[in-house]
Amino acid sequence: MTEPTRSAPPLSPENEAVIQLTRKDFVSDQEVRWCPGCGDYSILAQTQKIMPDFGYPKEKIVFISGIGCSGRLPYYMNTYGFHSIHGRAPTLATGLKAARPDLMVWVITGDGDALSIGGNHVLHSMRRNVDFTMVMFNNRIYGLTKGQASPTSEFGKRTKSTPLGSIDTPIMPLTVALAAEASFVARSVDTHTEHLQKTLERAGRHTGSSFVEVLQNCNIFNDGAWRDFTDREVRDDRMLVLEHGQPMIFGKDRDRGIRLRGLHPEVVQLGNGVTEDDLLVHDEQALEPYLALILSRMFWPDFPVPVGVLRAVPRPTHDQLIADQIRTAVASGGEGDLERALNSGETWTVD
Amino acid sequence: MTTTHEDRELEIRELERVTIRFAGDSGDGMQLTGTQFTRTAAVFGNDISTLPDFPAEIRAPAGSLPGVSGFQISFSSADIHTPGDEPDVLVAMNPAALKTNVGDLPAGGALIVNSDAFGAQNLSKAAYATNPLTDGSLKQYSVFEIPISTLNERALDGLDMTSKQKDLTKNFFALGIMFWLYERSMDPTLRWIDDKFKARPVIAEANKRALKAGYAFGETTELFHTHYRVKPAKLAPGRYRNITGNEATALGFLAASKLADRPLFYGSYPITPASDILHQLSGYKQFGVKTFQAEDEIAAIGAAIGASYGGALGLTASSGPGIALKSEALGLAVMVELPLVVVDVQRAGPSTGMPTKTEQADLLQVLFGRNSDSPVAVVAPATPAECFDLAIEAWRIALKFVTPVVYLSDAFLATGAEPWRIPDLSELPGIRVETWTDRATFQPYERDPATLARRWAVPGTPGLEHRVGGLEKADISGNVSYDPDNHHRMQLLRQEKIARIAHDIAELEVMGPERGDLLILGWGSTYGAIRSAVERLQAEGQAVAHAQLRYLNPLPRNTEDVLRSYRRVLIPEVNLGQLLLLVRGRFLIDAIGYDRVRGKPFRIAEIYQEAERILAEDRP
Repeated sequence: MTEPTRSAPPLSPENEAVIQLTRKDFVSDQEVRWCPGCGDYSILAQTQKIMPDFGYPKEKIVFISGIGCSGRLPYYMNTYGFHSIHGRAPTLATGLKAARPDLMVWVITGDGDALSIGGNHVLHSMRRNVDFTMVMFNNRIYGLTKGQASPTSEFGKRTKSTPLGSIDTPIMPLTVALAAEASFVARSVDTHTEHLQKTLERAGRHTGSSFVEVLQNCNIFNDGAWRDFTDREVRDDRMLVLEHGQPMIFGKDRDRGIRLRGLHPEVVQLGNGVTEDDLLVHDEQALEPYLALILSRMFWPDFPVPVGVLRAVPRPTHDQLIADQIRTAVASGGEGDLERALNSGETWTVD
Repeated sequence: MTTTHEDRELEIRELERVTIRFAGDSGDGMQLTGTQFTRTAAVFGNDISTLPDFPAEIRAPAGSLPGVSGFQISFSSADIHTPGDEPDVLVAMNPAALKTNVGDLPAGGALIVNSDAFGAQNLSKAAYATNPLTDGSLKQYSVFEIPISTLNERALDGLDMTSKQKDLTKNFFALGIMFWLYERSMDPTLRWIDDKFKARPVIAEANKRALKAGYAFGETTELFHTHYRVKPAKLAPGRYRNITGNEATALGFLAASKLADRPLFYGSYPITPASDILHQLSGYKQFGVKTFQAEDEIAAIGAAIGASYGGALGLTASSGPGIALKSEALGLAVMVELPLVVVDVQRAGPSTGMPTKTEQADLLQVLFGRNSDSPVAVVAPATPAECFDLAIEAWRIALKFVTPVVYLSDAFLATGAEPWRIPDLSELPGIRVETWTDRATFQPYERDPATLARRWAVPGTPGLEHRVGGLEKADISGNVSYDPDNHHRMQLLRQEKIARIAHDIAELEVMGPERGDLLILGWGSTYGAIRSAVERLQAEGQAVAHAQLRYLNPLPRNTEDVLRSYRRVLIPEVNLGQLLLLVRGRFLIDAIGYDRVRGKPFRIAEIYQEAERILAEDRP
């Protein structure tokens, strides 16, 4: 089974113009106001870069965000944009997409916005398979409120709000997305620009709920949060780049891999009787997300950190299902007649 | 007048108005019984008004006091405005129902009891030390003891049902008695039974037999010496149906969508007493209505805002606790200035309060229950039928002024029923929607000079790509702004936009003399009781008038003039003086409050007596 893609918008004179669009067309006139050195700049740049590739005219694209540093992104996109309130961007996107299936909708959020105050909406928008792409900037800290622990902060993390260390176990965003039945789940890194572009583009093309965790650096309040495995010198040895249909091999020398022992993954050295045939082969299209769940739990330092698409499966979207029910109702009972609705039930006439 | 029923001579007494209360266990089908009587009376042409009164528990322990469910209907040959202060007839299906309701029955009132239910166990569940049927405590009433359970079971003899199943139909036996007593046709209910139970012929047969047996019992028993006639009311000519407030609300929104030629999107989370709006709207799919049962109240309003942003009619509804949860998002709608309608079907609070009981205590919440100055328009229907008109009006305002509008209903309006003259489609107001498409002149926060509505451009409009959000907006451009003077200006603009709605709505109407000793001012569902009390006072020659506010924000432009035309202003409310606070604060008028928060609507007599008390104070 192949992954469904949102059908390209119908060709029109305006679409001719779409083909000519470049990154610059998606840059708004607003001055970008993130801290210098923030990972958000790269995410914004890659997002703007891939926008022309989808074939949507600017006016058909909407970026919706919540609160947090990530929430500012819509201001910088020269599309329609809605900077909403803390955690609630998925709810606005759900209503917008239900009312306007023709639009391409992006939800921009962060680890606090999506997994703390807005956790409920992530859960339910994903299970409904609302056709939007959610990009979650994960910097393991509350940046805009100046450095409190977030739901992805490490256990024991010392922050302004946890001077003796956080006593909350962090949650794994990708596990949450998978548990919520997200039909597309992926991870990338702010500084790995090519991979990030590719991942965002795949997410944008997926029809249904796409969840992309972007490991992002907050150089002010949590600098180097991911450095241990994302830095250029170590990334090949400490990250696992997922490729559909390929064995899970990693390492500068591509000499290590992931093998399953019982229900547990393990890192193995290739050679000495261990071959590629012993390794797990990535299948992002598996209908049941067992493999994706295993991958979502693998993390540095116990494992190389998987990046790429963990899951991409077809499923009817929320707006399609709504439209189907309306079509069915019309097919069985005809178009609604207001006069008949007003006069329904028992009526009587007074002369 | 007498008539011959076979071999019995019966007196027929003509009455102008009768009020009946059915009371029983919450599993006894009292709401259904009341609804069937209501439909029959409505179709017959009486004016009607109803008050369902049921517990929040779906099935409280059988026979217990908290499990009692009641339904009061008043029907009349004249124009009536309330479900009646007190019943003329109480039908009590068990001791608990008797105990919780008999206090409302005036001396001389008729009491029909199911004597089969007065065994030791039920008496003890209702905390009766002695049997009220035999201890003389009911001697001030005309008591009709009828072994309803036994008679009903006998009527169903031979049907393939358990005795428990048979017992569930005894409410229809009681209904049959009432139909006979008030000369009502059984046909509407028989048709309803056939339709409802078409898949289960035995159940249909049982219910029909129960109904007919009750009717026949009334006819043949020697218990009743009289039956009663209430002629049709002289309602305005037209086609009518019986309607509850929630039904009228849902229909009004459906009509608004048609009139505005925009699809309706309804985001909602289940909550008593608003859920019926969701149930009804979810049945309008063939109209293109999109309903969304959200994960919580916040998602419900968030989705509605998203739909409005996309150009649909984004609607959400809840009750007080849910409105509290929605308040941050409602503030967002104020800031981004999008059309949105938020329904609050008020119930008794605070907190979970009494979910099935009525109150009108969310007025200040919807006006002021958000951070900062966050003005929204507020409308409030006064009767179940009027819910239809105000639902359309809410959308007219929301779309014309590009603003959120709160629609305040309450549990009494939502579940109460009255006859509704069905409007012709041509009578309905037009709703104009203006969205911006012109690239050359578009600025997101530029305003219509008359209404101050901002220019609304929906996604999909080429060349008008722009950003909105909860951060303060620069006047005209809509860019994010922290400029102090800009914020001051924007706060005033948002306020002024709502204030200007006053030029676009009806003036406050007065029923009664234009000047006088006393004006009784109300809002929402207090309409019927106030109106009836004022009619009584006027009939006595008192210079008393009544005005009911349908618009709570802004207030109609003549409100102050009206209030100043009377020596005294009395404001009865089912809260602790919320409109009173507004009137006093806004106009420095020394209005008098009269508050009753019992989870029930006002009685006519309560308002009448309070008015009398004030008038007496002023008499020399």
